[in-house]
Amino acid sequence: MEMLETFAAHYNYFITIFLMISGLFIVIARGNLIKKLVGLSLFQTSVYLLYLTPAKILGGTAPIYDESYKLYSNPLPHVLMLTAIVVGVATLSLGLALVVRIKEAYGTVEEDEIFAKDPEAE
Amino acid sequence: MNALSWGAAEPHLPILVVVIPLVGALLTTFLRNGFLAWLVATLVAFTLPFITIHLLLTVLETGQPITYKIGNWEAPFGIVYRVDQLSGYVLSVIAIIGAVIMPFARRSVVAEIDERARSWYYTMYLLCLAGLLGIVITGDAFNAFVFLEVSSLATYVLIALGKNRRALLAAYQYLIMGTIGATLYVVGVGLLYVVTGTLNFDDMASRLSAAIVDPGQRNAVVTALGFMVVGLSLKLALFPMHMWLPNAYAYAPSFATAFLAGTATKAAIYLLVRVVFSVFGVGMTLENLPIGEVVIVLSIAAMFLASISAVFETNAKRMLAYSSVAQIGYITLGIAIANQAGLTGSLAHIANHAVMKTALFLALGAVFYRVGSVLYDDISGIGRKMPLTMAAFAIAGLGLMGTPGTAGFISKWYLAVAAIDDGMYSVVFLIVASSLISVVYIGRITEVVWFREPSKAAAQAKEAPLSMLIPLWLLAFATVYLGFDTRATVGTASEAAKVLLEGVR
Amino acid sequence: MRLDLILRVGAKLILPFILLFALYVQFHGDYGPGGGFQAGVIAAGMVILYAIIFGVHAAKRIAPPIMVEMMVPMGVAIFTGAGIAGLLMGNNFLDYTGFAHDYLHAHEWGILIVELGVLVTVCGTMVAMFYAFVQRGRS
Repeated sequence: MEMLETFAAHYNYFITIFLMISGLFIVIARGNLIKKLVGLSLFQTSVYLLYLTPAKILGGTAPIYDESYKLYSNPLPHVLMLTAIVVGVATLSLGLALVVRIKEAYGTVEEDEIFAKDPEAE
Repeated sequence: MNALSWGAAEPHLPILVVVIPLVGALLTTFLRNGFLAWLVATLVAFTLPFITIHLLLTVLETGQPITYKIGNWEAPFGIVYRVDQLSGYVLSVIAIIGAVIMPFARRSVVAEIDERARSWYYTMYLLCLAGLLGIVITGDAFNAFVFLEVSSLATYVLIALGKNRRALLAAYQYLIMGTIGATLYVVGVGLLYVVTGTLNFDDMASRLSAAIVDPGQRNAVVTALGFMVVGLSLKLALFPMHMWLPNAYAYAPSFATAFLAGTATKAAIYLLVRVVFSVFGVGMTLENLPIGEVVIVLSIAAMFLASISAVFETNAKRMLAYSSVAQIGYITLGIAIANQAGLTGSLAHIANHAVMKTALFLALGAVFYRVGSVLYDDISGIGRKMPLTMAAFAIAGLGLMGTPGTAGFISKWYLAVAAIDDGMYSVVFLIVASSLISVVYIGRITEVVWFREPSKAAAQAKEAPLSMLIPLWLLAFATVYLGFDTRATVGTASEAAKVLLEGVR
Repeated sequence: MRLDLILRVGAKLILPFILLFALYVQFHGDYGPGGGFQAGVIAAGMVILYAIIFGVHAAKRIAPPIMVEMMVPMGVAIFTGAGIAGLLMGNNFLDYTGFAHDYLHAHEWGILIVELGVLVTVCGTMVAMFYAFVQRGRS
């Protein structure tokens, strides 16, 4: 019972961990370069949840000063994650650009086929 | 140099360290011309060492860290830039390496990069420089992550522009590993933020001492430490998380390799030291948890296994890349031993290794410029055609082995002393034994370039141009000079180590 | 191309409102959800929608690639410029206090300038990425 309570009280962390591990698993297990990037994105996205869920206060509003509101959510994690999202988008698009170039150079985006064509590249 | 007057700019020097390369990067994008972009980059790169050395000397003189409040927001609320003995020292190393290699860049980049991409290439170089300096100067954990990614993204581009198609694959692999590393670091920062409610390194450190007493929070803190150490180990290529490094260095353009080998992993090492010593405090990290032992074992494994890989390598750049992994092992070894001599040796080795490895990669870059390849078969006998280049290579190679009278000896000496201080006599033996392996791999390439008949490609080659020889010989000279006059490296490093160890809890 | 009349007329009706909405999001950013990032993406969405319906060549007439490429560093230059302006006024980097007589007004101005820089860069980046990928293997 106690465990169930712990689980229910921290369910956001369990979602984070689930997303993180699935992302990492995709990066490691998939040979397709684009699928790897999808996994990488998922992995990064899990961190957004890790930051944002503790920052949200139920019933809290945006932290803009106003007489009629007393309860605010913490804005800092939101700002941090905005930055992290930008970083993530930049990484993803650079990764996709590299995959496009790899496809042009090797004619495939499958890791094992690339290594079969160019054994020393490993 | 400290007499140099900066006038009204004096209080703003910490921010200028990052803003100047950033503005330079902007200028290069507007110019859209390879030569003008090189001129801007050179100007920027040569300004930075003056600023960083001035900052370092000021800190050493007063013994007080310099802080700079961005946007004039007070410390725990706004982002603060902070220069202390350690960061001033690493900043200076990065800025000096970034400046010295600029004369080399012009011809090398013209030879290796498409005309369309040249000005962008310098943009990426300056962004990378801004990012690396930013990692070191910032006093904010999340800001460090942002700079880590700025420098990494620029690095991926620098690597991907290599002529060989494997450069693309190497950049892709580095992108995957680098992003995982940075993300793990930011997970650690997030956990610490949940526990302490702050991102400022100093503030975090003072609040953590209260947090680790609480058993509930202690678990979160320990987890955060694990995430951060693993993430940063990926970025600094600690064995066995180094798999991205050899290909990335081997297939990147010569200029990028020389720059990255000297600076990129050093910034990550700085961040690791900052996190482990200044934020967590060694007392907690290295004594209550087996992190110290684990890192010592991994460092020694790096020293041996990476060196052995280097012995059997037939691509000279890959060989040096494996040697870099081994040398990073020495640096992390001293950090893990965590006493005065060990930290001094590690920090000194950051500068010494940067100087020696950059010299070695510059020499190979010059060879690549003349021969078009760095495979052993193609560069055999090149020493007879390019004696000045290969002589400098040999001097830097001697430094890498740790020959007495060179910079490499000094840092290894301190590491050995550190091991003796801690009673780890077997480690002393292992340091010497692994140095012997480096004798083998440097010896092997020396045999190839000096004692074999010139290959078909090498027979056509001439001595490297002066713009390449000057930076190369400057660094080769520094390798010897730093072996005798150790005030700049060991002197500063021991000051920094003292400050770091004062924070022990 | 000639058959999708509804799409073309519909798009022409929608396009100005997309840009208007981008500007709304941009200027509403200091008192509600919004700001340069979102506005930049919405504005770039307008160009991309135009390119999808009328063809990339038509889109390049209204947003030439060289302009788009210059927008990326231009936005960063505006942002950095706001920071350096603070330095030149004798304050710290990114300290906007000197921009107006009143502290709060000055900071509002500072944020507006910074957000403008973000808008320009994000919009430029998005369109530049779209152009780069859409052209690949055709030109």
